[in-house]
Amino acid sequence: MNFSELAVGQEIGARTLGISRVDLIKYAGASGDFNPIHWNDRFAREVELPGVIAHGMFTMGAAVQLVTDWVGDPSAVIAYGTRFTKPVPVADLDGGPGAVVEVVGVIGALDADASTARVDLTVTLDGQKVLVKAQATVRVA
Amino acid sequence: MSINPALQGRSYPQGDAYSVGRESIREFATAVKATHATHFDVAAAQAAGHADLLAPPTFAIIVAQRADAQLINDPDSGIDFSRVVHAEQKFTHHRPIVAGDELVAELHVDTVRAMGSGAMITTRAEISTVAGEAVATTVSAILVRGEGQ
Repeated sequence: MNFSELAVGQEIGARTLGISRVDLIKYAGASGDFNPIHWNDRFAREVELPGVIAHGMFTMGAAVQLVTDWVGDPSAVIAYGTRFTKPVPVADLDGGPGAVVEVVGVIGALDADASTARVDLTVTLDGQKVLVKAQATVRVA
Repeated sequence: MSINPALQGRSYPQGDAYSVGRESIREFATAVKATHATHFDVAAAQAAGHADLLAPPTFAIIVAQRADAQLINDPDSGIDFSRVVHAEQKFTHHRPIVAGDELVAELHVDTVRAMGSGAMITTRAEISTVAGEAVATTVSAILVRGEGQ
């Protein structure tokens, strides 16, 4: 990738992220975050959630794959941040994902001196943003 | 119980080191649906200039949340874990995390802001190797929901 070919507003790509209950179990195990709101419907409802919700960090971690695949090097992501604004309820369904999240990436800023690009991610569930100000700073060789 | 406002400015010392293992990187990468070869194949990671398997961009959350647990589990904090919602997260990488790293985190409670009967708490984990090399800075905002929030 050549820095000079990048432009603010350019779309880097889009992808659809299907999330199933087993994805949350795997993320719980891999991350060590066993909060029952991510695997126990009864507990989730007791704390006034609609049911089991995805870990915000699962959504954040999966969404950035669009960026790493675009730049071709995961270590090029030198900063990454987001706000979590809406939960992602994951239904317990057979034969398909319990939630479908859409991820779109656009170049939001370029820093020629640092040779970095800021990629702004729009991450939505049923048209509503679940991550806000999701921004990854990427070093472009 | 309400959140202790005196938490602001408090810090918690480095706990036990977290050893970054190859299988932990592979499992975490699989869990976040990462497919890049540098997370799975040692030869591919080394060909890309890394000493060993490369961790995905959000892997440091494992170390950061272990550090946060010191605060959340501190009986003096007044935090009910079942009412904690993750509100914001930022990572700044000073250098990539690779298998074989021995990481420690020093936790700083930067701000505590009352919100009704709950509070928004911002913590910062300064993650380094046991030898003192800076690796990552993570900033987390957690919302502790008060009654009826």
